[in-house]
Parts: sequence; C-alpha cells; structure tokens
Amino acid sequence: MYRKMFEIRSFEEKVFELYAQNMVPGTIHLYAGEEAVAVGVCSNLRKDDYITSTHRGHGHCIAKGADPKRIMAEILGKKTGYCKGKGGSMHIADFKVGMLGATAVVGAGIPIAMGAGLSIKLRGTDQVVACFFGEGASNQGTFHEGINMAAIWKLPVIFVCENNLYAMGTRQSRVMLIENIADRAASYGIPGVTVDGNDVLAVYEAAREAVERARRGEGPTLIECKTYRHKGHSRVDPAKYRPKEEVEEWLRKDPIKRLREKLLQTNVLAEEEIQRVEEEVSVEIEEAVKFAVESPYPAPEEALEDVYA
Amino acid sequence: MRKITYREALREALREEMRRDPTVFLLGEDIGRYWGGAFKVTEGLAEEFGDERVRDTPISESAIIGAAVGAAITGMRPVAEIMFGDLTALAVDQIANQAAKIRYMFGGQAKVPLVIRTPFGAGVNIAAHHSQSLEAWYMHVPGLYVAVPSTPYDAKGLLKTAIRNDNPVFFCEHKLLYPIEGEVPEEEYTVPLGVADVKREGEDVTVVATLYMVHKALEAAEKLETEGISVEVVDPRTLTPLDKQTIIKSVKKTGRLVVVSEDCKTAGVSAEIAAVVAEEAIDYLDAPIKRVAEPDTPIPFSPPLEQYVIPNEKSIIKAVREVV
Repeated sequence: MYRKMFEIRSFEEKVFELYAQNMVPGTIHLYAGEEAVAVGVCSNLRKDDYITSTHRGHGHCIAKGADPKRIMAEILGKKTGYCKGKGGSMHIADFKVGMLGATAVVGAGIPIAMGAGLSIKLRGTDQVVACFFGEGASNQGTFHEGINMAAIWKLPVIFVCENNLYAMGTRQSRVMLIENIADRAASYGIPGVTVDGNDVLAVYEAAREAVERARRGEGPTLIECKTYRHKGHSRVDPAKYRPKEEVEEWLRKDPIKRLREKLLQTNVLAEEEIQRVEEEVSVEIEEAVKFAVESPYPAPEEALEDVYA
Repeated sequence: MRKITYREALREALREEMRRDPTVFLLGEDIGRYWGGAFKVTEGLAEEFGDERVRDTPISESAIIGAAVGAAITGMRPVAEIMFGDLTALAVDQIANQAAKIRYMFGGQAKVPLVIRTPFGAGVNIAAHHSQSLEAWYMHVPGLYVAVPSTPYDAKGLLKTAIRNDNPVFFCEHKLLYPIEGEVPEEEYTVPLGVADVKREGEDVTVVATLYMVHKALEAAEKLETEGISVEVVDPRTLTPLDKQTIIKSVKKTGRLVVVSEDCKTAGVSAEIAAVVAEEAIDYLDAPIKRVAEPDTPIPFSPPLEQYVIPNEKSIIKAVREVV
C-alpha cells in the first residue's frame, strides 16, 4: 500500500511539473493528499472487481492497477494513452483492470456504479463495485437515486465519499447542515461509516468490511473518508478560500508521511527498504513520463472514430 | 398475413429477444407484474421471465438510465422504459453525457448496448408534461441512434435490431400508435437501422413523415389522389442514422418536398431533413421546401387547443397544395 500511495504522489507531482512546463493541455485535478482513500479501498479489490471514478481520477486508476505510462500518455493527449487522446485527464478508463471510467459530471458515476452492481447480480458472480465521488456529489440527485436503488436491490456496491471539505471553493458547511456524509446512509437503510481518510489502515479496514458484506450479497455500504487535497481544485486554483492554518494542519496529517512513520515505528519496514521502494517508484514514474512525452499525437482525423461501435 | 397491434409487436420483440439472449433485461417504472407498463407493452413478461429480468424501479429516471449504462458496459443488454418521453429530460445527463459519450471518450474501449424506449406524441389531452415530441433533442447527440417506427412491422423489426446493436438506441414510440394494427409475419425478421421505407409511391410530391404523422400523411395522400395529386410518402424509420439517399432519390423524382413532424418547428426533425435536401439536392427542387410541424409552444390541455397545434391531414394537404 505504501508503494501505491507513493506512486500516486510521485505521479501527481510529475503531472504538476509537466503542467508547469506547458506540456499538459487543458486542466488537471490532482489527487495528492487523498492517496489513502483510493489505495485503502482498492487494496481490497480483485482485478475483476470494478471501480468508477471522477474528474480527480488519476489516483483511482493507479490504485486499481492501470499502467502509469498509458495514464500519463492520455493526460498529454497522446495516441498511446488509454483513450487514444480522446478523454484526457478527466476521462481515463481501463476496462481490462475493471476501471470503468472517470466521469467529469459530478455525481454521474453513482448510478453507473449501481448499474454495474445490478449487472453483477444478474450475472450471478461475486464481483463488487467501488464507486468514488466527493462530498459535493452527495448533494446531487444521482446520489439519492443511485444509492437508494443499490440499497433496495442489495447490490454489491461500496460507495466511497472522498470528503475533502471543499467542492471547488465551496466549503461543506455552506451547502449542508450535517457534518458527516455517512449520516445520509440512514435514509437508505444501509450502513454508513466515517473514517479518517488520511489513515490508509482505517480506510482499508472499513472497505474490507464493506467489500465482504457486498460479496455476501448483503448490499451496499457508504464509507465517508475525511481527507484533504494538497493543491487547489484544478490548475488555475490557488485555493485562497482555505485558511492557512487549516492547510498546514492537513499537511501535517499527510497520509503518506503518516504511513511511512508508522512502518518505521512498528518495524514493518526499515528506512533502507522504504527508500528502495521510493527509488523504484521514481524510476517507474520517470519511465512513464518518457513514454508519454515520446509518444505521438493521434492523427487529427482520428477525431471521427469511435463514436459508434 | 396476421395482424397485430403496435403494442403487441413491441412485446413480441422483447419476448423473443429475452428468450434468445439471457443478457437482455428490462427495467422501468411499473413495467412488472403489477401494472405491465403504463401503456401495457410489457404486460405478461414478468410472469414469463421473472421480476429480476422485468424489473420495477423507483421513480428515478436518472438512475434508471444510469443503471442501464452501468449494466451495458459490464456485459448486459438492458432495455429501459421511461414512461413518457417528456420525462427523459430527468435523465438527459445519463443519456447524452454518459451513454452516448462513454465509448468515444474512453477511446473505443467500451460498448454500450442499451435501448431506451419511450412514448412521445400529443393527442390524448394530458397536457404539457406528457405530450411533447423530443426526437430532435436526441438526434443532436452523437453516439446515440434514434428509431421512430410508425407501424407494428417496423416497431418489432427495429426493436429487435436495437436490442442486438452494440450502441445506445433511443427508441421513440407514440401513444396513439399502440392500438394501431398492422401486418407482422410470424417468422423471424429484423429491420435495419438507417433504411427508410417508402410507405406509398407517388410522382408529384415527396412527403417525409415520422411516427404517427406517417399515418396522417397517408390519409392526406389518399385524399389528394382524388384531386389528381400523386404523393410519395417516405418514412425514415430511424432519424439517426438518417437514410438521406432514399429521401433524396424521392425528391429527385418528384421535385417537391414537404416534411411533416410532430415536434416544434424550430430546430426540429423537419429542419434537419429540409436542410439535408437543401444542401444536397436543391437543384432538383421545383418549389420551396415546406415544413408542417407544431408551433413553438408547449402542448396545451384543452382538446380544441391541443388539436390546433398538432399537424393533421388538413395541414398536410394545405402544404402539398402550396408546392404543386
């Protein structure tokens, strides 16, 4: 799990660097700071399980086992990217590893994840679906419709709310009167749990229980992970709406730093072993960047392909 | 040949495809054993296939389509029913941004084999929220196919094709067509997407019409024949893909075009068909193109108001007389 979290962080730092060098078209929404959520959840999943993702989706892709080379190539708009340059940062999918795609319409992935759960039930397999979304999405109608349907049909879906406190610049307290999104689970008659989303072991445990419950055919769970994005909402956002003290406090709670310290304190890994993992990951990310930068752009007329099967 | 209704033809298509392919399933509000669908299209199917495959849903249009999308990209072939066409507005994100775009924006990785069945059309005094015709909205979305069958034969054949197709198909039905009877063979057949049908041959003017308006156009053609005007009625059967060639071929023969569509005139179905002919066959026209469509209003309730806005035999006859 440390390797995956470090991989996501290193990947996002590289994306930011490339962005600063004007190599990334469009916009980016970085996952840095929220790594414990994707990794804690996806570490409970099999390759044939599904996930759905959001505009802030690079971390979900990596955690589910997608290849950083092809994610990076997609972000740069290259032909070798997962979507042949048609999707970009906000729309990456890798159906081969069960990553059913990132939707950039907030909350739209919730009914789709529920539908994948319905498909599992009708096909009679023991797969599960993890559906990632932010706290802002929990104010969409799709949240209500999708979770209610999953609940009444006992579908094997784990709804994972990444509560990073802000929907773009809108603080949670300005748009809802409750503190915990997990409380909303009561409306659907399903379990709702709130966990420290910067503690990967806490996320892992909550997800383990939810995944087991889903595989047993007992239905969905709503897990709320309290977390924080290190950067602004997107490329143009300096995030001035966040108090400096708040940012500093959350930076101290950096999920990667915390896990690193824990691994050392509990003697699970020695400093040299951790460094070796970090070096390996750094090499891998450099390779991803090299692959993406050196890959060709798609031919312009490829814009006309893939509209219909 | 035996005659069955449009409703029965649709039900037969669903039944046959569900028997043929276990991945086909239905979902929608009150489509199951307790009601059989608001227009009774799915009546009896829950009894044969069970409640899992003929699935009643909560009143959640967006999640109905979302469920269909999620199931379609993971190996199923859902057929979702939205009770009235107007209510598809509640699910437009799932239809237009998700179902239609998923294949493209993920670079062709996914197939999205789903069908959305819904009735459009006015004429039964149920006012603005249950009567509109919105086919043109969905013609404007790349990645969707749009079917508009006007007869029991076309309804059955097109629905079977739509279910077997690997793309999302927006399948428009019409409330007034459900009880209409027509010849439907007992044996297996399908109707391809993108192939128009000449419902009546003629020499003097081409009338392109869809759904219920095909029948109005045919009635108008009968009357006009007694005046010595020979009308060719072309039914596109699908709006996406649109069989431009059959329409243009007919216009080349007659030199005159009237387009009839039961939707608002502005940016409607008739606008697109008129534009295609203007762009690709204007040199063959001997008169300006005429459009017969609804005025740009919501559908009113009171019978005289409603009848005033719906195109009918008389408005079609008037338009034809103006061009010949």
